[in-house]
Amino acid sequence: MKQILTLAFFMLAVSPVVAIDTGKAFDDPELQARYEKLISEVRCLKCQNQSIKDSNVFLAADLRREIRRLISEGKTDPEIVDFLVTRYGEFALYRPRTTGKTLVLWLAPFLLVLFGGVAMFRVLRHRMSMPLDDDAANEEAAK
Amino acid sequence: MSRYLLPLVAVIGLILFLVVGLKRGDPRALPSPYIGKPAPEFELPKLKDPEQTVGSKDLSGQLALVNVWATWCVGCRAEHPFLLELEANDTIPIYGINWRDTRPEALRWIQQLGDPYVASGFDGSGRVGIDWGVYGAPETFLVSADGIVLHKHLGPLDRASWESDFLPLINGEGSMQ
Repeated sequence: MKQILTLAFFMLAVSPVVAIDTGKAFDDPELQARYEKLISEVRCLKCQNQSIKDSNVFLAADLRREIRRLISEGKTDPEIVDFLVTRYGEFALYRPRTTGKTLVLWLAPFLLVLFGGVAMFRVLRHRMSMPLDDDAANEEAAK
Repeated sequence: MSRYLLPLVAVIGLILFLVVGLKRGDPRALPSPYIGKPAPEFELPKLKDPEQTVGSKDLSGQLALVNVWATWCVGCRAEHPFLLELEANDTIPIYGINWRDTRPEALRWIQQLGDPYVASGFDGSGRVGIDWGVYGAPETFLVSADGIVLHKHLGPLDRASWESDFLPLINGEGSMQ
């Protein structure tokens, strides 16, 4: 039993090593930070619901390579995002940019909360205006 | 009664919205941002002759297919007979982008299964694939004579999708000229 536990412990310790090329791409910590932020925000299109940072599919590796190249060529983040959107469309971004097309995505949560709030307010006001006897009668009926 | 009407309509509306979203077909089939726009420029060494190149210069002036293929790609094997048939009937020139492959294997494939391509470019590193927004072979682009991407087909090309998606566009192009 103890041996199995020891084995399991070592297997746990080993598993992170099989991860993807998470090694440092840049010596400059500022560039490295930009690189990591970018790759965690780009969707792997072959393996949707993973970012290209988390995927070891070759397409993700190719896109990481392209982003490394663009960063070392001195491209800015918006330029790199443009590069990806021209080729793969807005869907490649986990954080869609605020444009006419994606505005509805950004506004929808607030609108939904607003509608819900208005509906709740109206229902509650209606209930509060009802006589208390009515509630008692309803409870009576429910029994 | 009328106080239930608004929530009921809202819920039915929501359900319809979600059903349409679910029935939208293959969620992995993403629209190409290149539709209606100029095809990306490219130039690649030819698969059969690395000394020569194939690229945008060869495409211009004619309606053509650009087919992204690889020997590791199962769907490419499935569509291969149909590509050969298009070639045999002189339907349309087909240019290949041999994506993320190795040259010996790609050459063996062409030798064993037949070569439907006017020429294939060899894109071992996948750079040109990225420029074309390729994310899973096979992908087939229909490019007009003036270099505009008219359609992108994801997955194996077959007669049904050829007739429903490609032919109307091809006929449309013909009548405009």
